[in-house]
Amino acid sequence: MTAMQIIFLLTAVVTLVSALRVVTTPNMIHAALWLVTTLVGVAVLYVLLSASFLAVAQVVIYVGAIAILMMFVIMLTRREMRDRGPQTGKQWPWAAVLAVLLFGGLVWMVQSVGLAAAPVGEVPQTAIADLGKALVSPNGFVIPFEVASVLLLAALIGAVYVAWTRRHS
Amino acid sequence: MNAWLYVGIFIALSLFFPALLAVLGLILGPRRPNPIKTDTYECGLETVGETWVQFKVQYYLFALVFLIFDVEVVFLYPWAVAYHALPLYGVIEGVIFVVMLAAALVYAWRKGALEWS
Amino acid sequence: MGILSQPIGVIAEWLRNLLLGWGLSQGLTTVLLYLLGGAVVAILVQTWVIFLIWYERKLIGRIQDRLGPNRVGPYGLLQPFADFIKIMTKEVIVPSGADKPLYFWGPILMDAGVLMLWAVIPLMPMVGMDLNVAALYTIAVGGFATLGILLSGWSSNNKFALVSAIRTVAQMVSYEVPTVLALLIPVLLAGTMSLHGIVAAQHVWYIVFAPLAFLIYFVASVAENGRSPFDLMEAESEIVAGFHIEYSGMVFAIFYVADFLHAFTIGALAAVLFLGGWRGPGAESFPLLGFVYLWIKAFAVYFVGVWVRGTVPRVRVDQLMNFSWKFLTPLALILLVLTAVLDHFVFGLGAWTRALSHLLMNIVVAVAVLRYLEHHEKVRASRRPMVAQPGQYPVARPPRPTVAENPTEAAS
Repeated sequence: MTAMQIIFLLTAVVTLVSALRVVTTPNMIHAALWLVTTLVGVAVLYVLLSASFLAVAQVVIYVGAIAILMMFVIMLTRREMRDRGPQTGKQWPWAAVLAVLLFGGLVWMVQSVGLAAAPVGEVPQTAIADLGKALVSPNGFVIPFEVASVLLLAALIGAVYVAWTRRHS
Repeated sequence: MNAWLYVGIFIALSLFFPALLAVLGLILGPRRPNPIKTDTYECGLETVGETWVQFKVQYYLFALVFLIFDVEVVFLYPWAVAYHALPLYGVIEGVIFVVMLAAALVYAWRKGALEWS
Repeated sequence: MGILSQPIGVIAEWLRNLLLGWGLSQGLTTVLLYLLGGAVVAILVQTWVIFLIWYERKLIGRIQDRLGPNRVGPYGLLQPFADFIKIMTKEVIVPSGADKPLYFWGPILMDAGVLMLWAVIPLMPMVGMDLNVAALYTIAVGGFATLGILLSGWSSNNKFALVSAIRTVAQMVSYEVPTVLALLIPVLLAGTMSLHGIVAAQHVWYIVFAPLAFLIYFVASVAENGRSPFDLMEAESEIVAGFHIEYSGMVFAIFYVADFLHAFTIGALAAVLFLGGWRGPGAESFPLLGFVYLWIKAFAVYFVGVWVRGTVPRVRVDQLMNFSWKFLTPLALILLVLTAVLDHFVFGLGAWTRALSHLLMNIVVAVAVLRYLEHHEKVRASRRPMVAQPGQYPVARPPRPTVAENPTEAAS
């Protein structure tokens, strides 16, 4: 067991347990915090894959902006933080069967494609510069790059419109 | 990878030191709670009602506009790193990206989403 | 490799050989050395805060025409120690109904969010780990401090704390946008996100290239820290100490330490990004000299921060938000576009030519912005009629009619 494998297993366990706690804890603020732990766990996984830029981008966007937004909304709209009803719905046996089937299917698919055995390529030193070049080169991702800016513009217009009508109603 | 190992160890240390301080404070200070001391501070008055905050949509709008700009700027960082190797159209494309988001800022400004009332 | 020309390298080698000699594996040795190095930096920084607290109190005192602490020890130097001992022995009163784990995680996350920055700041040439995404990492750890504030405000089970926490986070989040945008400019000029790389690329300091970017970064960072003149959220007269109302004893001290440390860290980051970091005469051959230069530059920026704190009055909350969204962000965007376009054309020329052309562009932008603000102010002032009563100052609004000007009385 190399050190990388140990670190990976630890991170995976922490991420999965946090994800489980997100959906099982009755307190919404705690759920948001477990979500933060899950997101940080995913960032650590990116680091283990040598994708440093993605790791910091994950923390900047998800933890620094989305988690904060979620906590704002939770704190501002919910008077009662605890969920009083039962934790599982009436259909939970069927949901469990479906989840197990889905998991089995994914495991079989990964094994048949051989992803688990494929070697991780060497990440070059100029990875971020290459990403930058690819983002604006016509043979690369320039269309998705510009479309992303249009998408962000549309998201902002939509959000302001929705909130604005609320303000004046 | 070595750099991240150092950063990871440093993060663990930086979580450890304030925790140590907090534990030190808990140990060294007296612990004599009584109902008056642990009551919520309300400038000397009794607390009425649940602890909740009036929902003002401004808070949400500020966080949302910040989110949009955060995502934009994260896109711009690889472009900035690769900048000196880019031909002119690479520069222009980046500028178009920034101009689109400046348009988003202007829209939010004109619609009054950035007012604190 | 003499001890002076490569101090950390020599010490690290000696320690490594010592540990390997004791039979530890390579990996474990590396981990232990990193742990030791990290602990040294963290302890150095934490003890430096004690000096900073003394220095700031003295300086604010002098600005306000008084002496500052001078009783405890010579020149009051032992004052922070006395304060520290006092606050350690005070009771930590956990309010009833508070969410206990969150109550303690709040200040810990906030302090950790500032300490984590010191992992990437290049203290000396050729020393310290070179993280290739260090610039964005500084933004990422800012998110943890914000989260800590929200947690503190929420878990105190106090309306005032919660309102204050939410407003403080709104302020911090608003000022993070100009910070990130201004941070893009040194990254663009150097062509790398690594802080070591940015320092290495500063043959001419970046403050000469982009003084406006330095100003935007500095002002936005001070606002994000919550220091005066942007300390509305913690002001005693406004909202009774804000999100740390229910914190007492050592946990309150953690907030205090985090605040002061952040102020100095802003100085260190500004020094690395814009003032050339450890660069200076003789720094390459004597790394310790580089460390001294960095510390002096960081301290100079910190001094300006304290100076502003003692001089300028607090801004109002709507002025606060407008300043970030309607002034700093558009300015940063314009600066980014102009720097990008200009740098494409002048990159190949010599270092000083490039620097001076960028400086010229910055001066043009600054003059244009000032002219625009003047014009804008004139337009606004012309809409507010200034009416002067005999013997009084002109007021912006016409005064309310007195009894003699009452229409019914005048008509009758």
